[in-house]
Amino acid sequence: MEFIIITLIKLAVIAFVLLTALAYIQWVERKVIAHVQVRMGPSRVGPHGLLQPLADVVKLITKEGVMPPHANKFFYLAAPILAVFMALISISVIPFGTEFTVLGHRVMMQLTDLNVGVLFILAVSSMGVYGIALAGWASNNKYSLLGGLRSSAQMISYELPMSLALAAPLLIAGTLSLRGIVDSQAGYNLGFIPKWAIFTGPFPQIFSFIIFMIAAFAETNRIPFDLPEAENELVAGFHVEYSSMSFAAFFMAEYSNMVTVCSVATLLFLGGWHPLWPESMGSNFAAPLILAGAGAICLYHGLNPARPFDRFTLPAFAVIFFGLAGLMAFPPLVPVLTPLFWFLAKLSFLLFVFIWIRATLPRFRYDQLMSFAWKFLFPAALLNLLVTGFLVALVS
Amino acid sequence: MADVKDTGVLDAAELPAETTPVEMPNDRGVTSERAVELDYNEHLKSKSGPRSMVLNMGPQHPSTHGVLRLLLELDGEEILKAAPDIGYLHTGIEKEFEQKTYQQGVTLTDRIDYLAPLSNNLAYCLAAEKLLGLEIPELAQWTRVMLAEFTRLNSHLVWLGTHAIDIGAMSVFLYCFREREEILRVFEMFSGQRMMTSYFRIGGLALPHPRGWQKRVKDFVDIFPSRVDEYEELLTTNRIWTGRTKGVGYISLEDMLDLGVTGPMLRAAGLKIDVRKDAPYSSYEKFDFEVPTRTENDVFARYQLRIEEMRQSCKIIKQALEGMPSGSHQADAPGIVLPEREKMKTQMEALIYHFKIVSEGFRVPEGEVYSAIESPRGEVGCYMVSDGTQKPYRVHWRGPSFGNLQSIPTLIEGTLIADVIAALGSMDFVLGDTDR
Repeated sequence: MEFIIITLIKLAVIAFVLLTALAYIQWVERKVIAHVQVRMGPSRVGPHGLLQPLADVVKLITKEGVMPPHANKFFYLAAPILAVFMALISISVIPFGTEFTVLGHRVMMQLTDLNVGVLFILAVSSMGVYGIALAGWASNNKYSLLGGLRSSAQMISYELPMSLALAAPLLIAGTLSLRGIVDSQAGYNLGFIPKWAIFTGPFPQIFSFIIFMIAAFAETNRIPFDLPEAENELVAGFHVEYSSMSFAAFFMAEYSNMVTVCSVATLLFLGGWHPLWPESMGSNFAAPLILAGAGAICLYHGLNPARPFDRFTLPAFAVIFFGLAGLMAFPPLVPVLTPLFWFLAKLSFLLFVFIWIRATLPRFRYDQLMSFAWKFLFPAALLNLLVTGFLVALVS
Repeated sequence: MADVKDTGVLDAAELPAETTPVEMPNDRGVTSERAVELDYNEHLKSKSGPRSMVLNMGPQHPSTHGVLRLLLELDGEEILKAAPDIGYLHTGIEKEFEQKTYQQGVTLTDRIDYLAPLSNNLAYCLAAEKLLGLEIPELAQWTRVMLAEFTRLNSHLVWLGTHAIDIGAMSVFLYCFREREEILRVFEMFSGQRMMTSYFRIGGLALPHPRGWQKRVKDFVDIFPSRVDEYEELLTTNRIWTGRTKGVGYISLEDMLDLGVTGPMLRAAGLKIDVRKDAPYSSYEKFDFEVPTRTENDVFARYQLRIEEMRQSCKIIKQALEGMPSGSHQADAPGIVLPEREKMKTQMEALIYHFKIVSEGFRVPEGEVYSAIESPRGEVGCYMVSDGTQKPYRVHWRGPSFGNLQSIPTLIEGTLIADVIAALGSMDFVLGDTDR
């Protein structure tokens, strides 16, 4: 009974936080790309456009969902549900912090600690491709058919290097449980180099990290691998016939997949919630200091406002940042919040890389993408796995 | 027939040749009416049979740069046959010239190639001035050169931005539009208009130079070369960019000459041809600039060529800025050029001329003339026939986009859908210039 109640509470919290975060990642993306491109980004709805995600959601819900007359109705409606369901479900096995005790109950910062978590995520993310491929086929549109075909071919080619790249750190960690993998990366070499998979082990996993990230771009259909939707070639690719909430479902699935792959990269390669430098060197103070610094910057710009409304909004942000900093520095909460902070910091950095690349790089061509996967990524991942396996066997 | 219908895929061979609406039943018994306007069987006849599908790209498509329609016969992603279909932006401008007086016609030329309005103004004015035998003062000629080069930059910037965004590099688009904004401000300063400037008039310029134009032009000329370096940094050495553009969109020089292709596409094939050098107009012979050429003749070569042209244009603008002669901005031709406001209040002749020009225009001697200039897209020609009245008997416009567009099938057949986008972008056509 206790287990069920705790799980339900966790479920509610995770679902709420995740769905809000998905909406705001989009706001962050639009703002970041806007600043890269010397423009403002969303700024009309709410201060600094902060209510823009809300407005988008309201807009998408109230739009009419148009179904093309020649679509295959069952698969047309099932595809977005499948896509978003598979994208959201993989979050359930991802841990984002240590354990803590509330009112005598031990609570893990994770919905469920599956002992084959990595396999589960791989399986679920491959199922998500069906959503896209089915959407492309069921819409009965030539552009979406091409998009669907591209996505199935692309996903099949990128599953392999991705799985091979994931297998290498697993050899070092010796477990498939995501929590176990993170625990195996605790500690420091020479007292200050973290024992993350990309820095340590018999063979540092930096190559497999890079291969994984490249494959992750392809898995999530992001530029430079956004061929299934390539709007300049296929108009909108697989979701060209979707509108209203069924379109929003694909959108959510894309961002949710981004969060998943970035979390997996954080957990497997970047040591999860373990800080970049040891506690003895003051890593616990990093979080409050960074947040307090952000608050100070907000306060400074609020006192010297560039635009009239900054005088009111930026000090409010400063108060929020100072509050968070205080929370982070509050001794009873430090063991709970500090790991969470480090996990979110690494996750946000990887998400930023996704956005940054979208603003910079052009798009691959279909055949180049395939030959890149099969002729370069796949052999490289295989070689990396062989070397890692050999060295692990040699050491143990 | 039913086995291929469930995805809406049509076979080229099965489509009837008549241009009547045909009923396309699908497997659920629903029928729809679909008008087949083009004769598929004539334009798209390939040997692959039922494996192919006809994809209708455009006229509403993000990458057909306006309203070009392409019929593509595909085998998977490969293009077997391509048939361009134009006419969706037909404006009847050539016919409209016959209803306007000569001076009014200038405003129509803005709207032919809306990315290079001043180049069109220039071609039209040069034709009319040739018929009238007008001598244009130096100042007006140099200003024309300077603004025509600004137009080239303006057009090339839009081209680079849209070409890059077609291939997926979206930031370049906004960087290009940042500089284009400055150019549009220069246009606004001179003429009061950002796009439809109509600043060149028969007999000179519409208005004298604005105050403080030197500073604005100088600021632009100083910063622009570094901005071009910025675009090159993002694209020229980018592996994905070179992979998408090198070796793509090849067409032999002979084919191009047969099809009437002009401008940067020809120069990217190694032919050094440029009206500014070969038949200088509006005192281009007094400027020192190079005509860049490339030999690779692919999308990347056209990209590099236009980048180099931007640098050369900037050089010409700099020379025009430094050596701008003084004098009048209009020719000394009382019956053609509107008199000054002050003279109208004191001199009777000026008032009469003003009334005559405004109410009925001016008569142009009988004859026919062809004037060609180098627009950003290639050779723009204005063929003007006068019957001695106030309105032209016929104005035919030789738009470079039309000739360039004819090469589409040769360029893209046998390539992939993604290459179609790259090849179309490298042509830099404007549909208004094609349809007229």
